[in-house]
Amino acid sequence: MTTELFTGAEMVVKSLSALKVKYIFGYPGGSVLDIYDAIFQQDEIEHILVRHEQAATHMADGYTRATGEVGVVLATSGPGATNCVTGIATAYMDSIPMVVLAGQVATSLIGNDAFQETDIVGCTRPIIKHSFSCRSLADIPVAISKAFYIASTGRPGPVVVELPKDILIPQNKGPFNIETDIKIRSYNPNIKGHPKQIKKAAQTISNAKRLVVYSGGGIVLSDASELLTKLVETLKAPITNTLMGLGGISGTHKQFIGMLGMHGSLEANKSMANADVILALGARFDDRVTNNVEKFCPNATIVHVDIDPTSISKTINAHIPIVGLVDVVMQQLLDELTDINFSPDEAALSQWWQQINLWRNVKSISYEQDENEKIKPQRVVEALYKITEGDAYVCSDVGQHQMFAAQYYPFAKPRQWINSGGAGTMGFGLPAAMGVKLAFPDKHVICITGDGSIQMNIQELSTCSQYKLPVVIVTLNNRSLGMVRQWQDMVYGGRHSSSYMESLPDFVKVAEAYGHVGIQIDSLDELEEKLTQAFNIKDRLVFVDVMVDEKEHVYPMQIRTGAIDEMWLKKGVKS
Amino acid sequence: MRRILAILMENEPGSLSRIVGLFSQRAFNIESLTVAPTDDNSLSRMTIATKGDDKVLEQIVKQVNKLIDVIKITDITDRKHIERELLLVKVTAMNDKSRTEVTRITDIFRGNIIDIGKHVYTVQLTGDAEKLNAFINALQNETEIIESARSGCVGMARGDQALRI
Ligand SMILES: Cc1ncc(C[n+]2csc(CCOP(=O)(O)OP(=O)(O)O)c2C)c(N)n1
Ligand SMILES: [Mg+2]
Repeated sequence: MTTELFTGAEMVVKSLSALKVKYIFGYPGGSVLDIYDAIFQQDEIEHILVRHEQAATHMADGYTRATGEVGVVLATSGPGATNCVTGIATAYMDSIPMVVLAGQVATSLIGNDAFQETDIVGCTRPIIKHSFSCRSLADIPVAISKAFYIASTGRPGPVVVELPKDILIPQNKGPFNIETDIKIRSYNPNIKGHPKQIKKAAQTISNAKRLVVYSGGGIVLSDASELLTKLVETLKAPITNTLMGLGGISGTHKQFIGMLGMHGSLEANKSMANADVILALGARFDDRVTNNVEKFCPNATIVHVDIDPTSISKTINAHIPIVGLVDVVMQQLLDELTDINFSPDEAALSQWWQQINLWRNVKSISYEQDENEKIKPQRVVEALYKITEGDAYVCSDVGQHQMFAAQYYPFAKPRQWINSGGAGTMGFGLPAAMGVKLAFPDKHVICITGDGSIQMNIQELSTCSQYKLPVVIVTLNNRSLGMVRQWQDMVYGGRHSSSYMESLPDFVKVAEAYGHVGIQIDSLDELEEKLTQAFNIKDRLVFVDVMVDEKEHVYPMQIRTGAIDEMWLKKGVKS
Repeated sequence: MRRILAILMENEPGSLSRIVGLFSQRAFNIESLTVAPTDDNSLSRMTIATKGDDKVLEQIVKQVNKLIDVIKITDITDRKHIERELLLVKVTAMNDKSRTEVTRITDIFRGNIIDIGKHVYTVQLTGDAEKLNAFINALQNETEIIESARSGCVGMARGDQALRI
């Protein structure tokens, strides 16, 4: 019996099938045409043709954030691969598992400045978890299965697989074997927290008088929200989420004190500043959280749980570091608390909550809407919450609208809020929403965006027509790069250098040109009615262009170089 | 403070560039870096001499360890350890006086003259960085250094401790 032989291109597709991949997001070109030919000749995996490779990475990313499955991107060598760079960086910063298959010129040409040759492995080295340069047919299944394993385990992240043309072409064939049970001797991420550290942490938590739980994207990535809720309810302590961690606990849970950080709630930042113990779970003390690290929570004992040792004591020193998967560690903590008959110090707790409620009463997340004036962007987000009954997937771009979405749409579940928190990539929103819609066609998927951001990947309206992806795009149109303008107002004496969008297109017409429905909203009295109308159209993409007050700023806002809780509450009013 | 890190990693294309990239990307200092395959050809052993306070060092060790190719990293500075570096130095040896001086200094430092030219001697010396520096200073006082090449240090813990898989 002779073993069946396959081309490298066939091996790529067979490897992806073996790994149960449903979609590839990509764009063809010379070096990967053999792979496209192999995709054409099978029907297990569907290829989604975007209009720009950056959008392929964000679409794969959005798909992954919503489903937890590894997203797969395919791009040709040279410009195709470099167009993926922003999307790879975006996934890297938010620890999103992604496998990027990048074409390359033939091995004999590598290093010769051949047509469409770019050292994509070199270009992406600082923004990937790992990369593989395949040089023979046998490398292909090994690299792809290892790439999936590395991308999705430990602290997840993007992995690039470089595929030179000559190992893909029909002239070269070889036997196909794939091992999906991967072991890598140099890669063994920690899973369980060290028992001694767990004991110490449980003791410290038991003795706390002013405990705060601070949780981040790690909770979302590891689907640990139920366990988190259980832990928090056991502790009866306040919990705050990072921008990436929203939905980790329900936004309407009574112990939830809001997002923390630069545009977080006063009560969240105040609680952190006054805590005696901070339990950090899958969060990384990002500079958008801490504000000035020198002044960061001086009286707190910090218990830091993270899968990535480099995140621990990088910016803020952890007194009790615990390296492990956050869900596993939380279970260990719960078990330990049971073992030591934990019961919270009720007197201290009630004092603590009394204090927190005073901060809550300041109502730092609020705005003023005059019924006869321009629509406030916050009001639009509130209306979206109401109309979708809090049950939509909300994808956002980057800017003021992103912060308003985070502040005014309480997320009930993890994976419901999808945004580029770490990289802050404008142009992320629409393709990410498309990825979500592809995975959940029956759910409301909203892209909350700005007039600046939407134009960074607006060409994807065409992809939406092709694959029938009826997302609802809501542009909080302030005719400006609002977030930039806000900083210019606050820090640069109101000099609006290049923060205007003086030649905005008619977005309704743009939408219509791509075959979608466009709706424009100019005044408050038509807001809810027209938004409702948009959500009633189920089978077509609706682009809602809402004219909002361009003067609105995002508040509260941390004061630069101040402590975590030093904030502007509104114009000229400090905390 | 100066630290010596010993790293055991997969001997694969790209491994070295990942380490070097990491140091430059995160603004870590590299004083010297040496690398070569070990007795087991699938592994590379690297020694990095670096500088930084405790916090920076903790990050360097963790970040290097995080690289997928890296099997182990240890900071051997505070342990009893052996540190060696190779120096090749070419000096002017024009006349009898300078020739005798170079030979004398080389003997004192237990180096070897390994090549001679019309007017030059090439000397080889191994030792730790301090010894090599002292040797260079001594030579400079007596003659002119034309060219010098240092390997950067390699290091290993003393006694039974071993960095292996
Ligand atoms: C790709 C990219 N370029 C530049 C920036 C810097 N930036 C952050 S917010 C912002 C303005 C965004 O404008 P818009 O999308 O209209 O949102 P708004 O703030 O007005 O709600 C800019 C330019 C960025 N985050 N990403
Ligand atoms: Mg705008």
